[in-house]
Amino acid sequence: MPARPALWSVLTDPLVRQNPVTLQILGICSALAVTTSLATALTMSAALTAVVVMGAGMISLIRNHIPNSIRLIIQIVIIASLVIVIDQLLQAFLPEISRKLSVFVSLITTNCLVLGRSESFARLNPPIPAMIDGLGNGLGYSLVLIVIGAVRELFGEGALLGYQVLPLVDQGGWFTPLNLMLMAPSAFFLLGGLVWALRSVLPEQVEPPEHSAPAIAEDRA
Amino acid sequence: MVDLNPFSLWRRLLALPNESRTKTILMAFLVSGICALMVSGATVYLRPIQAANRAAEQQARLSALVAGIPGMSALLAQSGGSLGTIVVDLARGSAAADVTPETLAAALEETANWTGLAPSDDLAGIRSRPNYAQIYLLRDEAGDISLAILPISGSGYNGPIDAILALQGDMTTIAGLAITGQTETPGLGARIEEPAWLSQFPGTRLADASGNIRFAVARGASGNEYEVDGITGATRTSNAITLMVRFWLGSKGYGPLIAAIRRGEF
Repeated sequence: MPARPALWSVLTDPLVRQNPVTLQILGICSALAVTTSLATALTMSAALTAVVVMGAGMISLIRNHIPNSIRLIIQIVIIASLVIVIDQLLQAFLPEISRKLSVFVSLITTNCLVLGRSESFARLNPPIPAMIDGLGNGLGYSLVLIVIGAVRELFGEGALLGYQVLPLVDQGGWFTPLNLMLMAPSAFFLLGGLVWALRSVLPEQVEPPEHSAPAIAEDRA
Repeated sequence: MVDLNPFSLWRRLLALPNESRTKTILMAFLVSGICALMVSGATVYLRPIQAANRAAEQQARLSALVAGIPGMSALLAQSGGSLGTIVVDLARGSAAADVTPETLAAALEETANWTGLAPSDDLAGIRSRPNYAQIYLLRDEAGDISLAILPISGSGYNGPIDAILALQGDMTTIAGLAITGQTETPGLGARIEEPAWLSQFPGTRLADASGNIRFAVARGASGNEYEVDGITGATRTSNAITLMVRFWLGSKGYGPLIAAIRRGEF
């Protein structure tokens, strides 16, 4: 990483090229769990982006005074407090969606994406780039959630954001909803397909094989 | 000489090497203090809004519960479309003399209005029980009670479970159950909220002819008219529902009230 990365690339890199979900496979647990509908995916994305940005800002502000021996616990405490505040806000102002998201908002605390960004970027950079990096990563995560959430809601219920797009058979239309889309495995399939498609378009994202076959036969004397 | 000027103390603290023990401890306290302020500020400030949301949701579930009971819409239309609300004194099984639905919340903030439960009595795992509860009674044209709606609570696998139990006029047949609050495991225990599971409750009997409470959530499929099917993979949640219903219909719960209703005192 260059000493002063250009802010624009800090913001746009995580959207596709360095996407935290599809390239680094971070935070997929919640990406799979909350994408049954677009509304929950959007709320979760907004919550995670807010936590990542504010967490990065706060950690970056005190970055020169964090004792190394307790740096992880300090970061976790800050992230956890932000998550609680966001969760309380959702419970107060979006009670319906908050109930659907159930524990997954609280689980943002343990989302590797958040701690990953604060440990690897916010801790080492001034607040402005740190917050922009958080925003970029939050948006990259949101992009994946929104794509998967939209596909699942569209084909699982024939709707987008609750508006019926494809007329259902039981309401006199022609579309038979795919129940598989509402179950957890479909999110795995979609995410896998997305990763495969991205890596076909951008072959530099393909990781080198971790193990290669041994060149010489083992000596079994 | 000790310098007590807070600004220079602060500057000296910041100037300490990050690895020094003093700075480590002080940073830990400072960060946790600020975070604690943030969290408690948000909680205290937002609690009234959340409480209003929960009350509205409870009301909506109550309406849904009543609407879901067969023949209830017709009954409601006859009786003017609304339920009678009363606060009952649980121990005496009669209407509370000095607590109204409006003052109930305030009354329940006093610890004197709660009764501690001995572990042997505390089937539902709630430790203490309010002395007053707000219930709803629906009467038919003759003025007889045709439905009693009773809020119940207990502790589930992950946390408290709140529910509303509706009993038919005979006080031994369940007219419906609605879960109003739970934090059980999504996909397992949380299935107690699913309409398909709750739809087994109407018609299930609570007690046999001699008055013994026999209601249970079965392990697996229900075997008799006192049971409903259990939820696979959620044995502890299923048991919690069994114990909660048994506790609240027993002598420490609504038992005295139900006896009074049977005697025709309401």
